[in-house]
Amino acid sequence: MTDFFNKTDLTRNDAEKIISETLNNCDDGELYLENSKSESIVLDDDKIKSSIYSSDLGYGLRAVTGEVVAYSHSNEISKNSLKQSADNLSSTLKSKKGIYNHELPKTNEKFYKNINPIEEKSLQSKLELLKEVNNYTRAKSGIVQQVTASFSGEHKSIEIIRSGGEVLTDVRPLIRFNVSVMLEKNGKKETGVYGIGGRQSYDEYLKDDNWKKVCDEAFRIASVNLESKPAPAGEMKVVLGPGWPAILIHEAIGHGLEGDFNRKKTSAFHNLMGQRVASEGVTIVDDGTLHNRRGSLTIDDEGTPTEKTVLIENGILKNFMQDRLNARLMNTRSTGSGRRESYKHVVLPRMRNTMMLNGKYSQEEMIKSVDKGIFAVSFGGGQVDITSGKFVFNCTEAYEIINGKIGAPIKGATLIGDGPSILKEVSLVGNNMMLDPGIGTCGKAGQGVPVGVAQPSILIDKMTVGGTQL
Amino acid sequence: MVKDQDYLKKKASFCIDLAKKLGATDVTAVVGHSISETVNFRNRKLDESDRSDSLGVGLEIYIGKKKSGVTSSNLNEDNIKTLIERCIETTKITPEDEFNSLPDKDLLAIKTNDLNLYDDDHIENNEKIEYLNEAEEVALEKKEIINTETSFSESKSNFILASSDGFLNGYKSSSFSASCVAVAKNANNNMERDYEFTSSCHLHDMLRPNQIGSLAAKRTIQKLNPQKIESEKISIIFDRRISKGMLSVLASAISASSIARGTSFLKDKMNQEIFSTSINIYDKPDIVKGLGSRNFDSEGVKTKELKLVDQGVLKHYLVDTYYGKKLNLKSNGRSGGTSNLYFEKGSISYKNLLKLNQKTLYITETIGHGSNLVTGDYSVGATGFMVENGVFKYPVSEITIAGNFNDMFKNITLADDLEFKYSTNAPTMLIEGMVVAGK
Repeated sequence: MTDFFNKTDLTRNDAEKIISETLNNCDDGELYLENSKSESIVLDDDKIKSSIYSSDLGYGLRAVTGEVVAYSHSNEISKNSLKQSADNLSSTLKSKKGIYNHELPKTNEKFYKNINPIEEKSLQSKLELLKEVNNYTRAKSGIVQQVTASFSGEHKSIEIIRSGGEVLTDVRPLIRFNVSVMLEKNGKKETGVYGIGGRQSYDEYLKDDNWKKVCDEAFRIASVNLESKPAPAGEMKVVLGPGWPAILIHEAIGHGLEGDFNRKKTSAFHNLMGQRVASEGVTIVDDGTLHNRRGSLTIDDEGTPTEKTVLIENGILKNFMQDRLNARLMNTRSTGSGRRESYKHVVLPRMRNTMMLNGKYSQEEMIKSVDKGIFAVSFGGGQVDITSGKFVFNCTEAYEIINGKIGAPIKGATLIGDGPSILKEVSLVGNNMMLDPGIGTCGKAGQGVPVGVAQPSILIDKMTVGGTQL
Repeated sequence: MVKDQDYLKKKASFCIDLAKKLGATDVTAVVGHSISETVNFRNRKLDESDRSDSLGVGLEIYIGKKKSGVTSSNLNEDNIKTLIERCIETTKITPEDEFNSLPDKDLLAIKTNDLNLYDDDHIENNEKIEYLNEAEEVALEKKEIINTETSFSESKSNFILASSDGFLNGYKSSSFSASCVAVAKNANNNMERDYEFTSSCHLHDMLRPNQIGSLAAKRTIQKLNPQKIESEKISIIFDRRISKGMLSVLASAISASSIARGTSFLKDKMNQEIFSTSINIYDKPDIVKGLGSRNFDSEGVKTKELKLVDQGVLKHYLVDTYYGKKLNLKSNGRSGGTSNLYFEKGSISYKNLLKLNQKTLYITETIGHGSNLVTGDYSVGATGFMVENGVFKYPVSEITIAGNFNDMFKNITLADDLEFKYSTNAPTMLIEGMVVAGK
């Protein structure tokens, strides 16, 4: 645990005093302190291309009254700096009066261990393993032209001090291992990317030669794409594979169910609470409590314990995801979804691990039922326009389906749909729910936070596929 | 106040001296400080104020041909010492790479010009609020507009780049920007959103609030009641917001790293025609007050204007020291990318470009990350308008557009309406023969 008041003229008592004075007439707010260490080691082009270690320390002081948020952050933890931040907040909120809400639910349950993954594996052994990854992957075939492999690790200590001196802390490990392969055959080049990660030590993910599976998978995806033909263009049936393709849920539904957009009535979902937004049999939850998962948090960045929030139950919209600010203004409670990228950022309601739960059909049944369509197995990334509800995602591995059978692989294409109506087009939900491998980062308002997704295979009756073949 | 050059120089020199003392053969250090203040306003009420004070150092330590790096926001001398010691240990066990080196000394920037990138003006938060209030008032005059969100941000930065070769230079810059996002609703409760913004180095070069407010409202209302169109092959016009994206793709594809690693669809295209002969592309670092202007690149190498594409022919890669050595090319001062990158304007007016085809799809926004730089394949979600005989007919949404950059680049026609609103700029652009997927 970091002692933030070591090596500074600011004592804990000073800080508590400044916090209480500043937040006295506010509805909410806190001092958020963060000490993060991170590393990134990249092998590329047969060489260790970069090895960077970063150490970041800073605070963010936040005061909230009514709908107004005043925020000031700095990496100078000192009495002077904190006082300047406090003055800045007070001048913004001088004409506003609030009543501080001291209520905060508590938890004793932790969803990951207090470890520093960077120090748990020696640099030497990381460098050696990257070399082994490179050799193994290049030895798979003569058509391997380029291999990039990387480790990134993070150890983030946070402390939240609320008005009145209440203190909450969390230590968050996070790692990721990634392999990208480029193949070239007959003048055609394709890449394949795969990765794994979460909130445990590197070796938990790499043991038993598990890293070889990551190399194999990246190689397999690139190989499939070498044989791909142009994708079709137009509306058709789409079967999504289990696991990572659930970023469709994240983009199409997830963002639109975040509290801020609904309080501001700019989400296409803001007036649909309690209504049918998906076919029966579709249940979607956002869960921050899965052990060691990339999107999990013991407490969110306001100190609220995370939970499993039911967003859609059997097709009916049940809950939005809330931080404290939006919950207060919408007369509900925080769902432990208040997150920030770092001390440099304000809290926003965000997703954690967003999952569609199992139905009763097999993937085989879905594919059999399609005369003409596509089977999408893996995606690059996605994006959504919250207001119009339109969302996209990019296939990185997909196949055509003809007469109930999986056919040739098709080139990467963008799929586009409409968030509020897409889940009504889900006609079959599979029984093979899978979590993603632990690689997702969600971007919102310039802030990236680690997230997870999960789903079984699903059949969507109508989506537009953005290929080039008419 | 943003820290002055003396303070930053002292910190940078401290790091370099200490690293050398602890065993580094070469060192580079960047020390930067920035202070920014942002006010967000929503439906004519204050929504958020944000003050950011950010200090940081980044070091690259070489021991012969071995290299590793460290960054920190904690400039406490004890902490810096611990980090440098750690970095030296890391460097020692990192394998050698023959191409690792500081830039050639004769390429370093010696004298720097004043590009007028810093404006000392400060605008108080209540003045920012006045500006935003006026922008929203203008936007909300339109009855279809049900929600407005505006933001005003002021930022002042200063930095120093130093190396053990004796390079020690940096400068202050400032940025002022404001944006207005509007949401409109139709009779069926369907909503659309659009925006306008302004960004400049100098406060007095910003657009007036009524300009961004009225443009944001107008654009948003135009998007109401969109239709989905049939899938077909069609000519597409890219609004200036989107057309500049073609230059970003080009810049990534001709960066020395993509070329050296063999992961670019433009590998082996040097001195070949990659655009039609009417196309010229420049990267000009020395534009006074330019949003991408700089005196030297992120390694301290001097930068001069490059004509990247001359009458359709690719003439330069974007070269830094490391990949330059690998490709046997001298750095041309593009470590960290392009500066002010732009297409030379075309010869046809915007109005005539709209009329060039009987039917054209005019794209104002794309979503998704559908540019594959290895294969050149392009497929993104899009919204825009159907244009018939030069007249905007109806808004279009929930479609994708797709093609391959190799073909798209050769089929570009540019209008004569180039403006310098971003650091990368392009006129309105027509591309023939793309595929739209809709119904």
